[in-house]
Amino acid sequence: MNGHDIVIIGGGPAGLAAAVAARETGVQDILILERNHQLGGILNQCIHNGFGLHTFREELTGPEYAQRYIDKVLGSHIPYRVDTMVLDVQSHRVTYINREEGMVTISAKAIILAMGCRERPRGALNIPGYRPAGIFSAGTAQRLTNIEGYKVGSKVVILGSGDIGLIMARRMTLEGAKVEVVAELMPFSGGLKRNIVQCLDDYNIPLKLSHTVVDIQGKERVTGVTIAAVDSHRKPIPGTEEHYDCDTLLLSVGLLPENELSRGAHVDINQVTSGPVVDDTLETSQDGIFACGNVLHVHDLVDYVSEEASLAGRNAALYALGGKREKKGIPIVATGGVRYTVPQRLDIHHMSDMVTVRFRVGDVYKGRYVSVYYDDTRVMHLKKKVLAPGEMEQVILQKNSFGQFSDVKTITVKTEEA
Amino acid sequence: MSRKEFICIGCPLGCNLVVEFDDEKKEVLSVAGNSCRTGDIYARKETTNPTRIVTSSVPVSGGDMAMVSVKTQRDVPKSMIFPVMDVIHKTKAKAPVHIGEVVIRDVAGTGVDVVATRNVNER
Repeated sequence: MNGHDIVIIGGGPAGLAAAVAARETGVQDILILERNHQLGGILNQCIHNGFGLHTFREELTGPEYAQRYIDKVLGSHIPYRVDTMVLDVQSHRVTYINREEGMVTISAKAIILAMGCRERPRGALNIPGYRPAGIFSAGTAQRLTNIEGYKVGSKVVILGSGDIGLIMARRMTLEGAKVEVVAELMPFSGGLKRNIVQCLDDYNIPLKLSHTVVDIQGKERVTGVTIAAVDSHRKPIPGTEEHYDCDTLLLSVGLLPENELSRGAHVDINQVTSGPVVDDTLETSQDGIFACGNVLHVHDLVDYVSEEASLAGRNAALYALGGKREKKGIPIVATGGVRYTVPQRLDIHHMSDMVTVRFRVGDVYKGRYVSVYYDDTRVMHLKKKVLAPGEMEQVILQKNSFGQFSDVKTITVKTEEA
Repeated sequence: MSRKEFICIGCPLGCNLVVEFDDEKKEVLSVAGNSCRTGDIYARKETTNPTRIVTSSVPVSGGDMAMVSVKTQRDVPKSMIFPVMDVIHKTKAKAPVHIGEVVIRDVAGTGVDVVATRNVNER
């Protein structure tokens, strides 16, 4: 069986940054496996700008951001295979298939999961009505418009105010379509503020919060949809139905980390993130399998994906070079309005000087505090003007902060009124 | 005098900004509702000279991709977004195209070029 020091599954922003960092850490023998026919992942279809403000201090489009990392991978001659589907992952073993080689199983000292996420489909929503043409996930419409060059529709209703839905509201408007309304089930948008202003407000597209689609009309092609207001239990309120004539319904109702391979590898999955449980080195519960990017938890900004993936790449490299360590971390518990943290475990004795703990809150909070406890002692208390589910937050834990807490059993991250 | 309202995009707080504007002198008289300086700067810019970078994609012939993504190299006045798009819609590129290459020079009289944002190789 052929083998490599590090095998990276996925050639999107996470896989690329992980590869670059692993090489910089001193591992020569790296292989990236990508199922699409090109590297770059979802960034290839994200032609809007706003990427890279943190990483490169300039505003790039998605393809430009991807190319920066592709150039680094090509420049350091890191091998990759495209049009290659990974079928199975186990600790230290990867099976993939492609047209040139057929089915191949290779060994790997370390594996990095960087498969990204996919969109929640219509089938997950229980919307009644026929199944006419004209219903697309926002990302599919984005691909058809930006990469394939198709016109997706001319009168559009969008369900869900995730960032891709907002971006597509603007994109379709620029392509000459009329976007009638964006309906959002929740009382707040899951998208970035910047996108609400620049994609909806700029074009006078109404955003209806606490609304959902209750009916889709049309048999061959969508002819209209009915939306209604929902109550606090997210149930449609009779009598509030409004009809919109349209030929297209876009769904932007959430992203799901793509963890079939992780489950097959018996990696522990967190119920909230739907991604692997990881420690501060981003190693999963399985020996030598690391995870980063949207397969780990869905990010808002690619800059944070790159940063996280660099960490995974560096740690996978150290592992492959023989720096394996016992799994001894203590749990990081998310509670009090904090839905989850990544990582979920921290080894305070072997951690790096600073560990970034990213998290999301479950509701919109104004003027609340984010607190960190080492067992029952509050060690961090940060006032936040606003916390929103659509914006990922972070706290940074310093190694030296554990000086007097060397036998701490639990780290807790929560929000507090005061 | 007129009143204009914006939502600040400086941070997740999203302050509701209210600007009082002197229409004759074309001057911002006051900014209210902001929590910090970023809001003040944003409100003044949005009132007097709102600009955006426009991104799109255009068909490319002879390439290994059907479309090449493009952007205005700098931000253009918000009022020019649709005139810029009209020109982009009439444009076709020819492979090979490289990132940063000019696809449309001085688009819609804005003085700004439209450039490619991805590489498309010859087929």
